[in-house]
Amino acid sequence: MKKIALIPVVAIGLLLLYAAQDFPEWGDPASPASSSPVSSHFISKTGVDTEVPNMVTAVLADYRGFDTMFETVVVFIAGLAVLAILKNSRRGRGTRKDHEVDAEPDLIVTNTVRLIVPVIQIFAFYVLAHGHVSPGGGFQGGVAMGASFILIALAWDLDVALVRFPLSRCVVVAGLGIVIYGGIGLISMFFGGEFLDYAELEKVLPVSREMARYYAMLGVEVGVGFTVTAIMFALYANLSTEGRLKGGL
Amino acid sequence: MFEEGAIFNELLLERLNYFIYVILLLIGLYAMISKNNLIKKLIGMSIFQTAIILFFVSLGVKEGATVPIYKAEHDPHGHAVSHDANDTEVDAGVVHSPQALKQGQVAQYANPLPHVLMLTAIVVGVATLGLALALTQRIFQGYGTVEEDELLVKLEREDARKSVSPLKAKVSTPKKTKTTKAKGSASHKKSVKPNPKASKTTSKRTSSPKKKS
Repeated sequence: MKKIALIPVVAIGLLLLYAAQDFPEWGDPASPASSSPVSSHFISKTGVDTEVPNMVTAVLADYRGFDTMFETVVVFIAGLAVLAILKNSRRGRGTRKDHEVDAEPDLIVTNTVRLIVPVIQIFAFYVLAHGHVSPGGGFQGGVAMGASFILIALAWDLDVALVRFPLSRCVVVAGLGIVIYGGIGLISMFFGGEFLDYAELEKVLPVSREMARYYAMLGVEVGVGFTVTAIMFALYANLSTEGRLKGGL
Repeated sequence: MFEEGAIFNELLLERLNYFIYVILLLIGLYAMISKNNLIKKLIGMSIFQTAIILFFVSLGVKEGATVPIYKAEHDPHGHAVSHDANDTEVDAGVVHSPQALKQGQVAQYANPLPHVLMLTAIVVGVATLGLALALTQRIFQGYGTVEEDELLVKLEREDARKSVSPLKAKVSTPKKTKTTKAKGSASHKKSVKPNPKASKTTSKRTSSPKKKS
């Protein structure tokens, strides 16, 4: 089996290496990816169409907003699927796992986490809200936020984290994120634009078209952040306990 | 092109990024094909995914370019334009209406598209990896193993036990199939030990090859 597996692997490797000879060199400014009209359009026009200096955010939330919306839906569905798969698998409910111990949460660890978690959460908000002018955005901020809850679950117990962020609320928050995203798209549709055409929101917001796109992008990123936060924590809570939601690691 | 040195130069010096991505991709592919353990297969899948991400990100590199965030003097809406009047490139910003960047200025920024695509791919990858791990946990709960060969043996044994015969059920009338089905499930309930989730095993089996590919 292992010998046979080597054959396709080596064949594909040789093929890819042969193809790599035709690829552009490292950092070549004239490479197709860098010189394509699409990317130069994004680079030159982002500042004109929107007021967002970070092109990555503008492309993510505005130009390719439809794509990002359904990426978020994929994250949401994956989280729901994990919940559904592990929900009724309560076979070993009464039995204890070998790695579960009765020890109290460690004093040093819990106090350190007590100090760190607020910082992580504020940093997550910063990453989310400052994603328009610096690297960051909803996905990154959401992951940082979810990590703070996971840290609580690691330091104390999953129950302690679940009191702060119950699983039912996870699902609601994750759904709310998508509703925010789709809602902003729908609102801009009702004001005469197309779906996710944020510039039309200038009719309700007291700002210019460019600034309306800025704020709508912020709203969309918040929606993404909600979904990612909730799903990351739900994934951890379910996977670490095989769906029992008790004890944890 | 066919000299030793030329190929070495091509692959290891000028195109080292492609070399690394190919190696990573092959490691992942080999793990996915040859490993017996489902978790190891998932690790291979993750390495494969990392290789693709590395490939895309390395395509986004542009010599002499900075991150795709407008510098203050280039931002068409920026307020910094008026401040540094002694700067050499002010002429672009003096105009009141926002202007698109010129060709030379475009060359100063890296391509934002690969970053956008990989940004979402990473998070979606984490979510799908979580889904795969959940499926693996469920398989372990149902069968007590995540080794592929042991799983196949167990599945075959179960099929042999369960299949009163799928052929007979097809030929017979719909009413009869109902009864055989009921009988099958009833007999299965009696044998508590082997597997309480008879109906779920079939769905699991159909879903597991998908993960392998």
